[in-house]
Amino acid sequence: MLSYFLANLTFAGIYALLALGLNVIWGMAGMINLGLAGFFALGAYASSIATVYLEFPIVLGVSLGVMVAATAGGVLSQLSLNLRGDYLAIVTLGFGELIRLIATNETWLTNGSDGISGVPGPFRSSLTPLAFNAVACALVISTVLVAWFISERIRKAPFGRALRAIRDDEMAAAVAGKPVRLYKIQAFAIGSALLGLAGAAYAHFNSYVAPDIFRPLLTIYIFFALTAGGTGNTLGAVFGAVLVIALLEGTRFIEPFFESLSGVQAASIREIVIGATLIFVMRFRPKGIFAERPPRPLGTSD
Amino acid sequence: MELLPQLLINGVIFGSLLAIPAIGFTAIFAVLRFPNFSVASHATIGAFAGYAANVWLGLPTVPALLFAFTTAAAVGCISDEIALKPLRPYGALTAAIASIALTIVLENMVRLGFGNDLRGYNLPLMRDWRMYGVRVGPQQLQNLILALMIMTIVFLALKFTRTGKAMRAVADNPELAELKGIDPTFVGRLTVFFGMGLVGAGGMLLGLGTSIDPLTGFRFILPIFAAAVVGGLGSIPGSVIGAMVIGIGEELSILVLSATYKSAVGFFAIVIVLIFRPRGILGERKF
Repeated sequence: MLSYFLANLTFAGIYALLALGLNVIWGMAGMINLGLAGFFALGAYASSIATVYLEFPIVLGVSLGVMVAATAGGVLSQLSLNLRGDYLAIVTLGFGELIRLIATNETWLTNGSDGISGVPGPFRSSLTPLAFNAVACALVISTVLVAWFISERIRKAPFGRALRAIRDDEMAAAVAGKPVRLYKIQAFAIGSALLGLAGAAYAHFNSYVAPDIFRPLLTIYIFFALTAGGTGNTLGAVFGAVLVIALLEGTRFIEPFFESLSGVQAASIREIVIGATLIFVMRFRPKGIFAERPPRPLGTSD
Repeated sequence: MELLPQLLINGVIFGSLLAIPAIGFTAIFAVLRFPNFSVASHATIGAFAGYAANVWLGLPTVPALLFAFTTAAAVGCISDEIALKPLRPYGALTAAIASIALTIVLENMVRLGFGNDLRGYNLPLMRDWRMYGVRVGPQQLQNLILALMIMTIVFLALKFTRTGKAMRAVADNPELAELKGIDPTFVGRLTVFFGMGLVGAGGMLLGLGTSIDPLTGFRFILPIFAAAVVGGLGSIPGSVIGAMVIGIGEELSILVLSATYKSAVGFFAIVIVLIFRPRGILGERKF
């Protein structure tokens, strides 16, 4: 039971990293990214391939995963910078599918739909499964804390203020002399780096990656986490991620009461609940549980 | 077997089937101004409604297709009214995210009822025809003719009926249309009804050639978007041309790429068009 709890806390941490990454891209800079599962997959696969096939140490593998995702984010945003938001939605969704297609088909690199197994975890061989879960949980939570700290710094820094200005009125930000294009690419790359980091953490904790894991469903989970928590609010992003895992796992405990349901049916009901709740939250609490509170300018008081 | 003519024929057939859901997607975009990603689940719903009519009730293809159209149109209307319409004032992106959530809800409702198994339609087996070394199945030909008929009806309806003209007016200039006494809410509902109906019929037409499962619609989502974007988002003739480009492009890609990468053609087509001609082939507005 403790092991199960720790594992879910770890997954919540990974979702929190994803939500923080999406928060930089969508919450702060207002760029939509419906392909975040693709960046998550890039981080996971890059780190797995580096540590399993090339036998890199884990730290190097994870950094590689982060770099690959950040580069892909930079390039994709560079390509689609002039597009209006709804086009970017289509392009990023397509990107996510493309990554999944590559992961399924380039068997020499990714082992196709069988996936890569035996991805090393930190100290996995010398620990009991429970102790490993505890170590992984502690590592992921400290990573979330670091990512949260960085996000907060970005949010309060001039860079973060400029991003919000771009999000709210791009033209005005450009007139004020902000390098809009550069900032948007940077924001997308920073956010993608966090998404890639989450992917790498997932691969090393789970010890297995396969294309099935990176379905667009994940994108909805994370948008749910961010929207429920409060778009643009870093604390809300973390809270929302915990909420998603609690919803997903909590509903498992109700399942035994409905014996007539098959596993597939139970899973589909869970997903219906998540999707419907997201629509509900967007409609009745569009600012989320914690609304965004932009930091006050220096030298002002309440 | 002659490879190139065969691929061209396959491409034209696939393209004309793809055009049906692409018209639905682009029409909804033109009137309501947001990319409605729930086309994925509505294509699935159409495919399964057609399956139920065909296999359970034993109806032939054309009535089953009508049933697919009506079911997807009705589900589209109701779900839009409940889930998406209240969110449209928050902006196109909010509505787009909600439409993905809606897709997940609807797709899982299909899964709840039908499970994940692959299902095939009950169709008479017929031998392929061979002409000049090119093979065409009678079923494929029937699907092609059905798709062309649907397209003809759509174009005639948009051109000559009052409703069709009202839709074009709202798509072109919503404020002016409203001044002229056209109710945009009503036109929006009609567009969702016919648009999602077309998506559902298209889902069934695309499913007829293979077997279907709850992810059927999602598999076609990239080529559908690509058709709409290549042709120019919001332009109905454009979406037909776009669908032909994507259909033929996907088939011809087999000459240079492995067949499993067919659906990547859609993504690259989107990126290339957006870099060099963002408004697409027939799009009038530059975005």
